[in-house]
Amino acid sequence: MDVPIERLLRELTPQALGTVVRRFRDFAAAEDAVQEAALAAAMQWPREGLPDNPRAWLTQVAFRRMADHIRSESARRRRESEVALEAAHTSEATAFETAPQEDDTLVLLFMCCHPALTPASAVALTLRAVGGLTTAEIAHAFLVPEATMAQRISRAKQSIKKSGIPFQLPTADERAQRLRAVLHVLYLIFNEGYTSSAGPDLRRDDLSHEAMRLTRIVHSLQPDDTEVAGLLALMLLTDARRLARTGPGGELIPLAQQDRALWDRRQIAEGVALISATLPKGSVGPYQLQAAIAAVHDEAARAEDTDWPQILALYDLLRRMSDNPMVMLNHAIAAAMAHGATKGLELLDALKTDARLADHHRLDAVRAHLLELAGDHKGAVRSYRAAAGKTGSLPERNYLLTQAARLSSEPRQINEQDS
Amino acid sequence: MKYILMLSGTKAEFDWYAKWSPQDYEAQTAFMHAFHEELKDSGVFVAAEGLAFPDQARVVRAGRDGEPIVTNGIVRGVKDGAPFVTDGVFPESKEFLAGYTIIDVESAEQAYKIAARLSAAPGPGGIPGNIPIEVRQVMSGPPGELP
Repeated sequence: MDVPIERLLRELTPQALGTVVRRFRDFAAAEDAVQEAALAAAMQWPREGLPDNPRAWLTQVAFRRMADHIRSESARRRRESEVALEAAHTSEATAFETAPQEDDTLVLLFMCCHPALTPASAVALTLRAVGGLTTAEIAHAFLVPEATMAQRISRAKQSIKKSGIPFQLPTADERAQRLRAVLHVLYLIFNEGYTSSAGPDLRRDDLSHEAMRLTRIVHSLQPDDTEVAGLLALMLLTDARRLARTGPGGELIPLAQQDRALWDRRQIAEGVALISATLPKGSVGPYQLQAAIAAVHDEAARAEDTDWPQILALYDLLRRMSDNPMVMLNHAIAAAMAHGATKGLELLDALKTDARLADHHRLDAVRAHLLELAGDHKGAVRSYRAAAGKTGSLPERNYLLTQAARLSSEPRQINEQDS
Repeated sequence: MKYILMLSGTKAEFDWYAKWSPQDYEAQTAFMHAFHEELKDSGVFVAAEGLAFPDQARVVRAGRDGEPIVTNGIVRGVKDGAPFVTDGVFPESKEFLAGYTIIDVESAEQAYKIAARLSAAPGPGGIPGNIPIEVRQVMSGPPGELP
């Protein structure tokens, strides 16, 4: 498909979907109708040129599909649904006049990221309904068969139908909480962009870019929400390091050893500007703090220039705000870098009793790193190997085994006369 | 997270399986079909395959020139540039993979629950087999960077 047309369609389908759901109140059927309209557009527009008002064109075609759907449903049930049919008849005439509702995309997001759905369902549905991705594309990104992804999306739509979630903005009271759920789903999509590849040399950037695109949309709709801005800044500042994060063979390169010339300076500048403008607004939340930490890392010209006391102070704030064991681990690393490995190891010991970390590879990996810093190479090798056995990521296992091997083997004797 | 559920057996167990009654095969086929359909319906199915019987299994190693050297037993070593087989055939105790199912679920616990259902597949006389299912995580790509 034409790239500009594809981009335009991705932008317009959620808006058209919002309008159709608003009118017909049937999310599942509306979603099918808009997908069909988008498909028709993808065939017709490159051949015949763009219509004058592409959004109205899409909406109108989707309305017609809805009308067809309602007619056949009614015929099947031998029961005319006068109200729905009337809506279908009048809709064509009013489609052009219907002013696009700015909030429709946001309402759609609230619907797709509803807490009643499992995270996997919310992620799939958001990518399809708001992201405008095809089921095949989503299936490909998650490395599952298309039929499986289709089923996941269809079940998500059924859950929405059953739970009777209305198509409207949540009340002011609910709104902040529901927005957090939306941000969490976007955060999951972003992180999935890193993890879903099975082969080490296969990059799955699409999901991360899609998460950033959707977060930008939410930010444009809610410019005053500081956590939305914080999440967008966090994504920009994290994704800026993507090229430096893996080597040519797909091997993981930790932050301290990354070639900082490969970092995306423009994206860092945008992220830093965004978080710098956001923090003074007050109501600091976890995403803003994580973005601030990422900014401190990204602004260090060399790893040894990193302002660790500053990062430690930010983690201190963050751990008081969120009960995330991974934050505790990162806090221990920052403490070790600012005040020495012993301090970090003390903090780790206090985390041993946390059931969420007991069998988690990250606890062993951080301990290994800190033991190595402390000069206890034997202990570090043991912990690196323990972590390698527990991780579910192939590149990470390779990285941890390599660290263990580096510390356990004597430097190789090279006899120049042999070569 | 993806998990593989593996069903294995020794040659004696495969021989035993080859002597079931037609009704037993029918019941088992129906169970497996329904099981996989249910996995598809709930959106967790990734793949499932059955494998040829163990007497069809061959061990292949690269010879010195890269050509395949095919044997039907355990290769014990290399002598004069050629591998030699001590057992001649696979040892009786060796377990062979019979088939596998790969699922994409949210937690190990969910994978265990599904594996338990597979373990209860009907054996002879329709009695649940209580078959051991080996469950292992399928490794993913690089870890997510956000905490």
